[in-house]
Parts: sequence; structure tokens; C-alpha cells
Amino acid sequence: MSKQSHFKTLFAAAAIALPASMMSFAGTASAQQTVKIGSVLSVTGPASFLGEPEDKTLRMYVDKINAAGGVAGKKLELVIYDDGGDANKARTFATRLVEDDKVVAMVGGSTTGTTMAMIPVFEEAQVPFISLAGAIEVVDPVRKYVFKTPHTDKMACEKIFENLKQRKFTKIAMISGTDGFGASMRAQCVKVAPTYDVQIVAEETYGPRDSDMTAQLTKIKAVPGIQAVVNPGFGQGPAIVTRNYAQLGMSSTPLYQSHGVASKSFIELAGPAAEGVRLPAAALLVGDKLPDNDPQKKVVLDYKKTFEATANQPVSTFGGHAYDGLNILVEAMQRANGADPKKVRDEIEKTKGFVGTGGIVNMSPTDHLGLDLSAFRMLEVKGGDWALLPPGT
Amino acid sequence: MAEFFQFLVSGLTVGAVYALVALGFTLIYNASDVVNFAQGEFVMLGGMVTVFAHAAGVPLPLAAILAIVVAVIVGISLYWLAIAPARGASAVSLIIITIGASIFLRGVAQVVFDKQFHKLPSFSGDTPVQMMGAAVQPQSFWVIGGAATVVLLLYLFLERTLVGKAVLATSANRLAAKLVGINTATIMALSFGGSAAIGGIAGVLVTPITLTSYDVGTLLALKGFAAAMLGGMGNPFGALAGGLLLGLLEAFGAGLSQLHLQGRVRLHRHPRRAVRGAAGPVRRRAVERV
Amino acid sequence: MPRWVRHRYASLVVLAVVIALLPLLFPSSYYYRVAALVWVSALAAIGLNILMGKAGQVSLGHAGFFGIGAYAVAIGPTHLGVPPLASLLIGAVLSAALAYLVGRPILRLKGHYLAIATLGLGVLVALVITTEIRWTGGPDGMPVKKLVVFGWRASGADTWYWITAGMLLIGTWLALNLDDTPTGRAFRALHDSEIAARVAGVHVDRFKLQAFVIAAVYASLAGSALALMNGFVNPDQAGFLHSVEMVTMVVLGGLGSVIGSIVGAAVLIMLPQALTVFQEYEHLLLGFLIIVSMIFMRDGIVPMLAKLPGRRA
Repeated sequence: MSKQSHFKTLFAAAAIALPASMMSFAGTASAQQTVKIGSVLSVTGPASFLGEPEDKTLRMYVDKINAAGGVAGKKLELVIYDDGGDANKARTFATRLVEDDKVVAMVGGSTTGTTMAMIPVFEEAQVPFISLAGAIEVVDPVRKYVFKTPHTDKMACEKIFENLKQRKFTKIAMISGTDGFGASMRAQCVKVAPTYDVQIVAEETYGPRDSDMTAQLTKIKAVPGIQAVVNPGFGQGPAIVTRNYAQLGMSSTPLYQSHGVASKSFIELAGPAAEGVRLPAAALLVGDKLPDNDPQKKVVLDYKKTFEATANQPVSTFGGHAYDGLNILVEAMQRANGADPKKVRDEIEKTKGFVGTGGIVNMSPTDHLGLDLSAFRMLEVKGGDWALLPPGT
Repeated sequence: MAEFFQFLVSGLTVGAVYALVALGFTLIYNASDVVNFAQGEFVMLGGMVTVFAHAAGVPLPLAAILAIVVAVIVGISLYWLAIAPARGASAVSLIIITIGASIFLRGVAQVVFDKQFHKLPSFSGDTPVQMMGAAVQPQSFWVIGGAATVVLLLYLFLERTLVGKAVLATSANRLAAKLVGINTATIMALSFGGSAAIGGIAGVLVTPITLTSYDVGTLLALKGFAAAMLGGMGNPFGALAGGLLLGLLEAFGAGLSQLHLQGRVRLHRHPRRAVRGAAGPVRRRAVERV
Repeated sequence: MPRWVRHRYASLVVLAVVIALLPLLFPSSYYYRVAALVWVSALAAIGLNILMGKAGQVSLGHAGFFGIGAYAVAIGPTHLGVPPLASLLIGAVLSAALAYLVGRPILRLKGHYLAIATLGLGVLVALVITTEIRWTGGPDGMPVKKLVVFGWRASGADTWYWITAGMLLIGTWLALNLDDTPTGRAFRALHDSEIAARVAGVHVDRFKLQAFVIAAVYASLAGSALALMNGFVNPDQAGFLHSVEMVTMVVLGGLGSVIGSIVGAAVLIMLPQALTVFQEYEHLLLGFLIIVSMIFMRDGIVPMLAKLPGRRA
């Protein structure tokens, strides 16, 4: 590079750097009459099947709440950013919500990876953060400002193993996804297996985007004495596992999926191969089949109706988690009679008997999830639809 | 033995798709020196357009043809709207353009379609065929057979037709081709269209097995690119071999290795193979221009 | 034209002034964070640009080195009791060693075999990070202990703004210096014509290898800085898409232009922040802008703008 062009480079750099950096200074003047709630979701990217229904749910219900007069006399203003499943981006957007948008609370974080990246921001700023991510590490150890609504992967393992124990199965195989969800649930299952006298005799894994799992399943098939197969994973992987499972003629051995596939699209994708598959899931999937005296029945049917009318896609428990998070927050704000983050946090922690789509939530200073195993229902796919398994089968 | 055959079929099916994507890379690379990272998006379009047209009531064969046509139109537009205007830019700038195009196409797909996973019905049912102790999905035959047909047709086109020979001439020496009166720009557009058609066909064939969504293209492009490189970039037979090899390595890697890693075997081999093979398994003489 | 403007360090001075004055415009610490992200990415891009712009080789797995740096400062203090700064150095040494081992045999070959080798290397690093859950926390990543230097804790977006800016200034200074060393001249000869350089007695392979090792070290240091700033790491940072993003930064800003890499990083970091208001149209627009800018500024933003005044004259 000649010296002459050094000058030009310099000129160019100044010319571009200034306007470019101004670009992000678009004004963010906000009216004080509203209460700002933030959300960072994986609306696009590999976890978009989580983020998309969450995004739609939040928008839908914030509009509904505002139409009904808002919270404590103020309208809600919702700021949603899409992190594309990238934890680093999520972290930046979290900073933006807290520092720039000055939100009073956050409902979001579609995956455990993005949630864990955002936690320090909210803890430091002392802004309540209700996460929609699955793994137990979000609320264990308990962090002062972090809560979550979805059941933990540990609970899913326990629910599955409980069912295995009832059926007197002790030898199982696991095939897990290597994505965050699959890896985390796999670890939890391995940890709790001994308490249920379950022995994991074969283990296989597959990548999050793999399109053929016959090789792994063939290996499992060759191991003698396996009484059931458990598949921790989410996304399209479990649907392919289920199809390959039937293809290889393994259907006589019961297959257990996780709450990671809890939406009707799993049955659609897996097709007839899904028949007989069992999984633990929230009551939301079987709202119309719940007995009339079930306290959750009305809530889940209302949510299902609202969501499916607007979103044009079948309801999933993922959107339900966002519904629960938003409503826990709104009720806490009402009790706090305002939007002071510290007071709202205290009230979230005092949530008792909240009936949501995921279960009945009773939080405490040592439990920032507030769900127990009864929040999970054991379902089986029957005739192309979810069926509630009667207890003891 | 039964297990071996099961892995083999699995590997060939997945490998056939990688091979088609790699072939798409090769076709464009030969005609224009562009490494087209939007190649995976053609596969996505093939699958997604078929799914949505089929859901809208179009019969499956017609939906499939429509999808391939859409992919071809997108491919040719990609050339005329994004690659041709940047003529004279360095190879790496052109690569960045195709990366931009792939982000753009994915962005369009998530708006036009949706972000959910979708499936297509298998062409001839889901009842597995029992062969040598292995259970084979009938769709696997469609994928492997379809890929073989595409390769054969491409070969005939290149070797037996005048236009095909013009494509070969362009890839051998662009200047010389121009001098003998070949319209190289049209040939390049044609190669983009042809490569998009191959991608679209792959998408149609494989969606009943692998499912599809707006973002399946990224990983397919990565694997197809790896396959094309493995086979020596620019060599169609190398691309084919590279794709099949990659598929087989994945299947046998997942089936046999004690490590729970589907990718490890394949990736360990890459650098070394590149060194040992220098120009890939199928060697080709190259003339260095100074 | 005053003498000082023509000086080779003029761009460095401008950069320092921009860094010093920019915070005056920041309404909140969110802007500090975005700017710090730009500095970190720019550091990695400058390194990669030495490889791409000067040695004419492409690395498609550069995020692998970024990841090694990031995980070094995560694993070192957490699992091995090594202090963060020592871990940062270990990460850089590891990256350099790996680059040397991979680059030595590969760079003797003609053509773009480094691209495929680094592609494999990058995916392999990401794979190991996702799989070795006990050490790395797996796909969800792991927390990173805060950087403590002599009892002083580095935390807060503004602190990291200054730390990363300092690293960038040093990185820029070294890269600019490279131009006028024998190595730099060899690089330029290499870029113009490899054969001519070879004939003139330049040890082509050795210089390519040097460039690759330098690029790996830059990426590793940038990765360490980002991990320490974020307080967490995850495998995305070592992923293929991040590698592609880095290459895009270099090309968009301008191959061979140090300032270009900073501009390229700034554009690619800030665009998503600015485009997020378009919600579902964000990716569509991002792709479109990349295509358009490469068509109209095919040599990259900075070299293109640098040409403008000359053309008018």
C-alpha cells in the first residue's frame, strides 16, 4: 500500500465509521405511560419451533391484556428481539433490553444456551427474568432474579422412569440428540436412573441435523434384553428416530419420547410410526380429554382456542410456557401494584396456586419453578392423536 | 452382515443427496469459478415448494415439477441479478455474494413459507422392503435411483449435445470458448439453472425421508461442499464419489465406532486425505496460468 | 498534504481518536457493548485479513481458533486453576501450534487446500467442544470466571470497551507494521504473483505458514477477550457460521486493508442490531445488503471509498 493510499484509506475509514456508528443510535424515546416488558426469543434459527409460538403467544396476550385495560392502570409495551438461537446475540439483546429499552421485566430465552448467556445481565441489573428454557440449571442453584416456567428435563426423566418402573422395565437403551436439549436431558436421565432401578445398557447419539438414524438404532436393536428405548431430543430428530424405529421393525419395544416433542406436529411428521409412542407432557396437549373437574382444563382450552385462531398452527407446549411466564409476571405486577422491578420480583417469588398451561405453580425462595411431577401427564399416541394414559399403566 | 447392509443403504441414501449437492457445486464451479454457497437453498426450495404446493391441493408429481421449475428460476435469477453484475470481482467476493444470496433466500423462505418442519408422503408407501436382512425404506430406492438418473442425464447432456459441449468448453477455457463463438454468459446462466435443478430434484426426492424446513440448506451446503472438495473441486465424478464416501463414512461411523460421534471419522480424514490425494481421489491434470 | 497524514500510522491515530470520542455519543452501556463486540470481531478479522489479503489463502474454520481462545479462558481458571491471563496466553500458543501443525503440510500444496483443511479443523474443534461435556459444558456452553488482575475485577460493558479497544489498537499497530517488514514485503510479493515471488527467492510456503499462524493467534486472542467479556462461552463461537461471518467481514471491508477489516466487522455487527426492527424481514434484508454491497463495492468498502477522491480528480 502506498503512502498516498494510506491517506485515502484513512479518509474512507472516517467517512464510513461515523455514519455507520450513528446507525445504531436511532432514538429510543419512550412514553412513561406504558410498562415495558422485554423478550429475547429464538424466533429464527434451529430453535425457531420454540421461539415462533412463544413470540406469537406473547404478542397475542399483550394485546389482549391491553384491550382489557392493561396492568395496574398502565398499558404494556412489548419489546421482542430475535436472537436466531445465537447465545452471543441473545446476550447483546439482553443488554439492550435492560440498558436501552429499560424494561421492567423479561419473559424469554427460548433455549438453555441463550438463557444461561443472558442471566448475568438480569442478575446484575436486578430485573426479573422468567425463562422459557428447559434445563434444570436455569433455576438450580436458585438465582435471585431468575425464574422459569417449563418443566425441567430432570422431571421428564423421572416421569418416564416412573412409568418404566410401573411396567417393571429395568433395562433400557437411550438415543439422544447432541443439541443442548438432548445432551442436558441425557445427563439428567443418567443421573436419576439408579433411583428408579433402571439400567441403561446401550447408548447412542445423533447430531441435531442428522437425517437418518437407522445406523444407531440398528446397533441398539442388536443389544439383547432391552425393554424400552428413551429418546431425549427436540426438533425434527425425534420424528426421524420414530420413523426409523418403525422401519427397522422395533415397534414391539416401547419407545419413549420427551416433552421436547410436545406438539401435534411431531405426530404429523412421524406419521403412523408414532403410534404407541409415550411421552411426558403438559396437560395442554390433551385439554379436551381432561376430566371436567381438572383445574387446568379451562385455562388450557382457552389458550388453545386463542392460539390456534390467531396463529394458524397447532398449539404446542412451548407457546404455553410463554403464556404462563407472561401471566405469572402480570399477576405479580398487579399484586405489587406497579412495575418496580424489585417489588415485582418479590411478588413473582410469592406466586401460589397459579393455574397455567404447564401445571399449577407454587414458587418459593428455594423453588423458582414451582412445578412438581404431577404437572406432567403421561401421554400415548393413539389413532394419530394424544391420549391420556390412565395412572398405573 | 444384515447390519452391514443396513449401514450401507443408509450411507448410500444420505450420500446420494450429498453427491447431488456436490455435483451442483461442481457444475457452477466449472462454468464460472464460483463456489456457490447458496447450493443448499436449492435443495430447500425443492422440498418446501413441493410441500406447500401439495398442501394447496396440487398433485404430488405436478408439485414436484413446479418446485424444480421454481428452483431453476431462482438459480438463473441468482446468476443474472447477483453474479453477472459483479463480473470481474475476485473469486472470494463472488463467494460472499453467494453467501449473501443464501441468507437472502432463507429470509424469503421464512416469510413466504414458515419456520416449521414439514414432510412429504413417500412416493411408494412406507412399508419397508426387507433386503438381505436389512429394512429399507422404499423412498431410498427413489433417492439412489433418482441420483443415478440425474448423473446419467447430465453425462449424456455434456457429452452428446452441442450445448453440453459448449459448457465443457467454457469450463476448460473460458477465453478460448468465447473466441470460438460460445456465449459464455449464457452458458454460465445455464449452469446455474442446471445446478439449481439438480438441487431441487434432490430436495424433492429426499424430503419424504429427511423432512424439510426453511433452513435445511446450510448444513447440506457444508456437507456438499466438503464432498465436492473431497472429490477434487471441479471434477463431476469426484463430486459423486466424494458425496457417496461422505454418506458411507457417516453411516458406518455412527454404526460402528465406539465413539458416540457421527462426524468424527469424516472430519479426521479430511485434512489428511487432502494431503495424500492432493487433487482428490480422481486425479486431474491442471494447467497453471501465470 | 501535511506530512503526518501520509504517515503509515495515520489510520492508527484516527482509530484511536474514534475510540476515544465515541463514548461521548453513547446514551447507555448497551452501546459500549456493541462497540466492544465490534472491536473484538475486528481484531479477529484483521488477523484473518493477513492470511486472506496478504498470503492469498482462505481459512473456512477460523472460528475454531476463536473457540480455542474462548474455551481456554473458560476451562483454565474453572477446571485447572490457571489464572485467566495465563490461560489466554496458553490458548494463543495452542492455536499457533495447531495452525502450524495443520498448515505446514497443507500449505506446501498448490491451490486452496487450506480452505478444506481448516473447514474440517473448524468443525472438528466445534465437535470436540460440544461433545466433551465434562470439560466444556457441552452445547449449552459454560460460565467463564471474571478477569481479576491484581485484585481489580474487569466487569461492565464500559470497562470492556476500553480493554478490547486497547487490544484492537495493538493489533492494528502490529498489522500495519507488518507492511514494512521483510515479511510484509514478502506477503505482498506473494499476493501479486506467487510464482514471481518464488523466483525472487521468497520462501513462499514459510510465509504462508507464518500468516496462518499469525491469523490463528489473532483469532484466539479475540475469542479469549469475548469470553472474558461475556462471562460465558458456547460452541456457536467455534461454529462454521461464525467462520463464514469472519470471512465476510474481511471481504466486505476490503481484502488487504487493515482499516477495512474494522469497518467490515462494524457493519456486520451493527447491521443485525439495526435490522432487528424489521423482524421477520431481517435476514432477507441482511442477505440483500451483502449482495448489493459486494456488487457495487467488489474490492470491499474501504478500498472502494479510498478510490473515490482519486477518480473525481
